[in-house]
Amino acid sequence: MIKGLLTTLREMFQQPVTIQYPEVKRPVRTRFKGRHVLKRYENGLEKCIGCSLCAAACPADAIFVESAENTDEERYSPGERYASTYEINMLRCIFCGFCEDACPTEAIVLGDNYELSFTDRHQSIYTKDMLLEPVPPGGKPTPQNTEPGKYTRSVPVMQDPQD
Amino acid sequence: MTKLVTLTIDDQPVSVPAGTLVVDAAKQIGNDIPVFCYHPKMEPVGMCRMCLVEIGRPMVDRGTGEVLLDENGKPRIQFGPKLETACTTPVSEGMVVRTQTKVVADARREVLEFILTSHPLDCPICDKGGECPLQNLTMGFGPGQSRFLYDDKIHLAKHVPLGELIYLDRERCIQCARCVRFQDVIADDPVIGFYNRGRRLEIVTYSEPGFDSIFSGNTTDICPVGALTTADFRFGARPWELKSSASICTHCPVGCNLTFNTRREARAGGNPVIKRVMPRQNEQVNEIWICDKGRFAYHYTESPQRLTQPLVRRGDGFEEISWEEAYQLAAQKIRASQNLLTLTGGRLSNEDLFNLRELTLARNGQAVLYSDMAGGDLTASYGLAPGSNFGSMGKETAILVVASDLHEEAPVWWLRIKAAAQRGARLIVLNPRSTRLDKFATHTLRYAYGEESQALATFLPGAAVPEAYQAAVQEFHSAENAVIVYGSEGAGLAASQGLAQTAAAILAARGKVGQVNNGLLAVWQRANDQGAWDAGFRPVEDLPAALRNVEVALIAAADPAGDDPLLAQALEETGFVIVQELFMTETARRADLVLPVQAFTEREGTLTSGERRVQRFYPALPPRPQTRPDFAVAAGIGKALGLDLEGRAASLVFLRLVKTLPAYAGLTYTQLAEVTPQYPIIGRSDLYYGGTAYDNHQGLGVQLPLLPAARPVAVGQSQTAASVTAGEGEILLVPVTRLYDRGNTVLPSALLHQRLAGKTIRLHPQTAAAFGLNAGETLRLSRDGWSAEAQVELDEEVPLKMALAVRSTGIPCSALSAVRLERLTVASAD
Repeated sequence: MIKGLLTTLREMFQQPVTIQYPEVKRPVRTRFKGRHVLKRYENGLEKCIGCSLCAAACPADAIFVESAENTDEERYSPGERYASTYEINMLRCIFCGFCEDACPTEAIVLGDNYELSFTDRHQSIYTKDMLLEPVPPGGKPTPQNTEPGKYTRSVPVMQDPQD
Repeated sequence: MTKLVTLTIDDQPVSVPAGTLVVDAAKQIGNDIPVFCYHPKMEPVGMCRMCLVEIGRPMVDRGTGEVLLDENGKPRIQFGPKLETACTTPVSEGMVVRTQTKVVADARREVLEFILTSHPLDCPICDKGGECPLQNLTMGFGPGQSRFLYDDKIHLAKHVPLGELIYLDRERCIQCARCVRFQDVIADDPVIGFYNRGRRLEIVTYSEPGFDSIFSGNTTDICPVGALTTADFRFGARPWELKSSASICTHCPVGCNLTFNTRREARAGGNPVIKRVMPRQNEQVNEIWICDKGRFAYHYTESPQRLTQPLVRRGDGFEEISWEEAYQLAAQKIRASQNLLTLTGGRLSNEDLFNLRELTLARNGQAVLYSDMAGGDLTASYGLAPGSNFGSMGKETAILVVASDLHEEAPVWWLRIKAAAQRGARLIVLNPRSTRLDKFATHTLRYAYGEESQALATFLPGAAVPEAYQAAVQEFHSAENAVIVYGSEGAGLAASQGLAQTAAAILAARGKVGQVNNGLLAVWQRANDQGAWDAGFRPVEDLPAALRNVEVALIAAADPAGDDPLLAQALEETGFVIVQELFMTETARRADLVLPVQAFTEREGTLTSGERRVQRFYPALPPRPQTRPDFAVAAGIGKALGLDLEGRAASLVFLRLVKTLPAYAGLTYTQLAEVTPQYPIIGRSDLYYGGTAYDNHQGLGVQLPLLPAARPVAVGQSQTAASVTAGEGEILLVPVTRLYDRGNTVLPSALLHQRLAGKTIRLHPQTAAAFGLNAGETLRLSRDGWSAEAQVELDEEVPLKMALAVRSTGIPCSALSAVRLERLTVASAD
């Protein structure tokens, strides 16, 4: 009995493991797969080119993409094509990360956010503006008015692999 | 019967007709030799070098000419020092082909590596990605890595609109020239070509407006990469996301087989929309081609202006009512009336027409077809016999095309008749002005507008033949098979009746009725006019009077008020007008009851083409709420009248139809959905070979048997020439047909607006001068209480004192008629 009490006493003076969520949040692991983020380039242009490969790779059919054509006056992403609609149904998503793997421009990344709760099924559909990351400092929001002939490549130039 | 040649491809013997190319012979035994530039519908050029194979031939003793045998008694085969292109090499007896050796694999890999040196690798954003021969063949045969330096890739323009319909991506082009050859050889519109050489070679268009061809969309199907894409589908969807539904084109009587590709879309609230229209292979109808009208003029079906609720007139406006109330109201009016007239357009399916006919006949009404063309009863008895196919016509056939600008009226028939002529068919074109068919005709004959029947009657055996016609008439009579195609160029109802009768009389006199590749073909103005004739609908000569004298008119899929002010006036005097329509047309505005119907993309049914082929179409989209198919609407009204009409499903209506209409006896939906193997093999796994046209799994349709003629046909009279003359200050208005008119089904397609026929009339410069008119000026046409304004266009080919007006452009012109012509004085700007 003394042994048991000793354990209790020892634990009383130890640091508690409970974290005061939501005031305090535990950092996630580096490979954690949370809610998706649509990335931007440094200049603010969206990386997503609306190719739908994420939707094709998705085993849960959670992603819906529609695309349209960029113009230099109204440019969302480099190259010709951008996603005019981008929706992920978080109720369907199984956070497998296949979309990340399929993306040819590394536009979609499973982020750190695990706080997904909805009171309505419709809220589970995350639209493009909810998924897009904020414009980085120094960048401009999309659509941008860009100089003609500058952003002609949709898929960033990939040099012959070095590593 | 052509001689068969036996060869061995990868140890598998195959016998094919002499002259077959090695690549096709291999395809027939399921051996896919990869190709880019070769296309089974075109002559080979051997440009891409992808089809290189090892070919060996039996060694022959030059002295004796005998085949040398080895010690086993088998022919000794000598292989050439180099690989040969399978697409340009015809088969020969005893040939041995090896396609799976290391040499061949190396060659394929190297050719692909070379093609890919300047290919941009932007498959993720390419419209072809997913159905791309280059993608597929690279995966199958290509190198995993390129030795080419990335920095040496050349970059070219990626967004080059060749015209407003077709966009070119210069980087993606692999210079196979399929598009150039298609335009030159098949479409006879040599408007695109190669410019520059080597790596700088690019496709350019040298027409104004750019890529001026009505078959331009087909080049995107046969392009083996994503270099040519349509403006309509550009970035619209990825091919693997698309659902396909089989359908039939409803724009002209050819009845091209289509596939609608649909996909859910945010702009439609998550509902499916049509993303693109693709040809579906039917070697007896459209092969693998469709015209641009069929490909791009589908937008009317998804127009936001579509009617969505039954409407009833209340004073000057309309009020929404329920379907049940609408049926009761219609039934009440019909019951209270003495006479009923049902006016239908040829856009309706056979099932719709059948139910409307049953409804009309039960009330002793008049079933009227809204058309300016007669002869559907004659085509039913003297038409093309079952088994006839333009694709199989050659030297032994004479094709006589009279009063039709086929290129505008039925483009795919033009394409196929032209091809038949190039195979040796004797083509005789009888038309008042030059058309695109003249170039391929053995004989081109002219007559004056209004004299079409006299001109055609010279082809009657034993008729007096004028000097100019003699060679053509002889040619026609010397041919084994005879096909007569008649249209409505400058001809109204009476004139086309004369034409049809004369044509039928010629065929009957020559005994060319009921045999394969013989018969009469009408180039109807609408898709299912033949079906309407078969169902008992007949055009009437004086439609305004007919409308004026009835108490209830039921109008389905026709817009008489929009076409002709006289008909609009007549409608005002009709007792009660019920309109079944997609849109609030001019006719619907004048109606007392408007019933919203479903477009053909939303429902099922059958259509009868000009060749009397009954073909099924299937729903591609969910119907809009509160709309119903025409046959169900007719059945609903019928039920309210206490009639026994079927309105639950098109297939059930068809069961009744086949019991009632003798020509359709015994047909079933299952029969219509049957397919037999077709050549060339195209489709999903054979994209590289035939292009992205869809293979046919949903039915080739059935050609109706000919009905026995009721009585011998009398030679038709040219009624127009005698009765119509232009007086002082008047001019003869000649109706002609243009592909891109301003009809209700074309206008909603914004993409085609640049090509639409304007509200113009074409005059000879001298005629114009006599009226003091210059090109581009506005004039006023008037007759019996209507007047219309139009722009003047000058054309030396138009006969004097005549004016060509295009149908469905807002100028009322149903037949050759005299109209007053005035110069519209422009108000000065003071």
